[in-house]
Amino acid sequence: MSAVVDEHDHHADDHHDHGPAKGLLRWVITTNHKDIGTLYLLFALAMFFVGGTMAMVIRAELFEPGLQFVDPAFFNSMTTMHALVMVFGAVMPAFVGLANWQIPLMIGAADMALPRMNNMSFWMLVAGVLLLASTLFMEGGAPNGGWTLYPPLVLQPITVGKALPFAIFSVHLLGISSIMGAINIIATIFNMRAPSMKMMDMPLFVWTWLITAFLLIAVMPVFAGAVTMLLTDKFFHTSFFNAAGGGDPVLYEHIFWFFGHPEVYIMILPTFGVASTIIPVFARKPLFGYASMVWATASIAFLSFIVWAHHMFTVGMPIAGELYFMYATMIIAVPTGVKVFNWTATMWKGAMTFETPMLFSIAFVVLFTMGGFTGLMMSIAPADFQYHDTYFIVAHFHYTLVPASVFILMAAGYFWMPKWTGNMYNEKIGQLHFWLSVISVNILFFPQHFLGLAGMPRRIPDYAVQFADWNMISSIGGFIFGASQLLFLYIVIDTIRGGTGEKVTDEVWEDAAKHSLEWTLPTPLPYHTWTTPPTVVPTEHVLDSH
Amino acid sequence: MSTNTNAYYIPHKATWPVIGTIGLVTALAGFANFLNGSSIGPTLMMIGLLIFITMLIGWFTLQAKESESGMYNHEVGISYRHGMMWFIFSEIVFFAVFFGTLWYTRNLSVPWLGEGATKELLWPSFEAVWPTNGPGKVGGEFEPMGAWGLPFINTLLLLTSGVTCTWAHHGLLAKNREQLIKGLLATVVLGFLFVCFQAIEYHEAYSEMGLTLGSGVYGSTFFMLTGFHGFHVCVGAIILSVVLFRSAKGHFTPENHFAFEAAAWYWHFVDVVWLGLFIFVYLI
Repeated sequence: MSAVVDEHDHHADDHHDHGPAKGLLRWVITTNHKDIGTLYLLFALAMFFVGGTMAMVIRAELFEPGLQFVDPAFFNSMTTMHALVMVFGAVMPAFVGLANWQIPLMIGAADMALPRMNNMSFWMLVAGVLLLASTLFMEGGAPNGGWTLYPPLVLQPITVGKALPFAIFSVHLLGISSIMGAINIIATIFNMRAPSMKMMDMPLFVWTWLITAFLLIAVMPVFAGAVTMLLTDKFFHTSFFNAAGGGDPVLYEHIFWFFGHPEVYIMILPTFGVASTIIPVFARKPLFGYASMVWATASIAFLSFIVWAHHMFTVGMPIAGELYFMYATMIIAVPTGVKVFNWTATMWKGAMTFETPMLFSIAFVVLFTMGGFTGLMMSIAPADFQYHDTYFIVAHFHYTLVPASVFILMAAGYFWMPKWTGNMYNEKIGQLHFWLSVISVNILFFPQHFLGLAGMPRRIPDYAVQFADWNMISSIGGFIFGASQLLFLYIVIDTIRGGTGEKVTDEVWEDAAKHSLEWTLPTPLPYHTWTTPPTVVPTEHVLDSH
Repeated sequence: MSTNTNAYYIPHKATWPVIGTIGLVTALAGFANFLNGSSIGPTLMMIGLLIFITMLIGWFTLQAKESESGMYNHEVGISYRHGMMWFIFSEIVFFAVFFGTLWYTRNLSVPWLGEGATKELLWPSFEAVWPTNGPGKVGGEFEPMGAWGLPFINTLLLLTSGVTCTWAHHGLLAKNREQLIKGLLATVVLGFLFVCFQAIEYHEAYSEMGLTLGSGVYGSTFFMLTGFHGFHVCVGAIILSVVLFRSAKGHFTPENHFAFEAAAWYWHFVDVVWLGLFIFVYLI
């Protein structure tokens, strides 16, 4: 099978070095997986700074007790919007961007299976985020009832103003975007693989994305349904979440978290995939336990559907429900433990070097494990009654998202940017970025465990004075972390514009071509790749399980 | 037109996706403005919908043209089938949310309202029986919808349409163009008839039975489930109409008729959802 890349063309081979169109319009109408991947990644980076600015507002307000800078409603808008922007605007799109770039390269496909839909997924994302961002400028401000949009709070005029329908339609658009992206990824992986690549030869990044894509299709419509009921309850007199009409606000929480729990794995499974790709390259060993990694990922995905109510232990569930969700949640620690063990075993006795992507990956293994353990603490229902809705949960999920997902996204940037651009990033600044980030992220989030255990509630702009010291330390960490990320922005721009000027080899990292297909292609990557699929696929990464 | 039947077709650029996105976001922004009581809402909504419909026509015309000129090889067809299959899966999940809501309401939240402290302290006179509009009698007195009138006729209509759709498919495979067109025509007519009957049913509910979307949780689940389904029947019937139109123009061969298959899958999906509705919303 070969591929035709242009409708006026007859043969792929005549057209091998066909480049991108000129001008800005190229980016609007592109169907090229690399262009769309770049769009996704740059958009995600922009949103990372938008969401980050909101976090800075939050940390500035919490620097000292009392109300300093913003009024409480705006503060609540910031916590709500920070979450929505980071989840739907930054982390998820960044991983879709990586999928767009890497999946076709890694499986030997000429492009994504459905290139026009690929373009539409991206622009739907932009449309959704714009709709959401527009609420910041509305009468009554952006939604401020928390990103979970719980009724009845979110249906009160004071918490939504005019923003609610915009936020809901934004969720619909983001859902459409995610579902189309996920369908594309599934079709690409199943249908576009090089004929010589079997499922159990696929790089783990491809495997984790396949499973993530399934999660996306299975849960985004759930969220869409939940917010649709919010909309009709607010504007069309339905009673889904109104007890007087026979409904139940707790039902919303069940539906939301049936979406929400798989959603957090949507953000972490591709993280696992990237970590499993980077660690073997710098440990110069095959990945330990490839098959067990695949099965662990699938198990985590399955379990993610049957544990949702651990987010609502304090809502007043029957005791049998509390117990079931407690034990089911604890089981997730088993496949997750398999993964952490495998990464560690991959590094064991490896000939390790510590370039920036590896540093971020090692920090991920350590800090994600900490985030996982606090999750295990909260899975214990009676203990959760104390931790619930305190800064302990804030510390927990930020440990699983910032030094895990975000760190791995940074690692992926350092790891693949030289391949994509043909330019080497500045290793010194990269390592400075790493050390500043890894130290400040702990100053930022570790004290929040103490605050939570001492009883400081989340989502409040003011607090009792006994929480003052740790909040100030946390804020200082936050400001350093925020400022450090400007280094990453600098590195991205600098690398695109030429980097260190060093000549980058085809495989970039020593022996990387033994691990995955993309390193066998020329550097910088041509606009079209794998118009003829590869006949031999690397198997270093699966050596251990064959 | 590509002469290389072995090649996976990758379009070079696409304008319709951006146009469609602009249309959809304009329509939704208009709808949101309308809900907030802004006068610009309906206009914005109409403009957005017009753009969106233009996109649908333009994009699908392009696809049909490309397909008929033989640009899609076997693998492209497989990608499209994957796409349609997983799209339908996402739709099933969407309906599952509302079926789940119905289940939760009937088996958990309504019984909870009629027992224990809730009953003693808040609503002592509330009896937890289905159908209900809740202890607050939201929406006033109403009569629930029976199963054996129009809904049963509609069940027969949809099941028959599933058969005619399959009959048309057999015609297509046997290169019997007349059977294909007749079968599709019957399917489309039955589909639109279903929608008409449902409109009559809704009219009766509103004008004679006091049953509205606002009739507590019974009205909410009844109208949202049947309403979303009815909307999907409309969409399915429109898709089938397009397939009928293309069949009349001589499109599709026994080897290459993805559009027909996709429309048929969608139609069967709508059919199965209705069976679920008939059992869980109307019968029990």
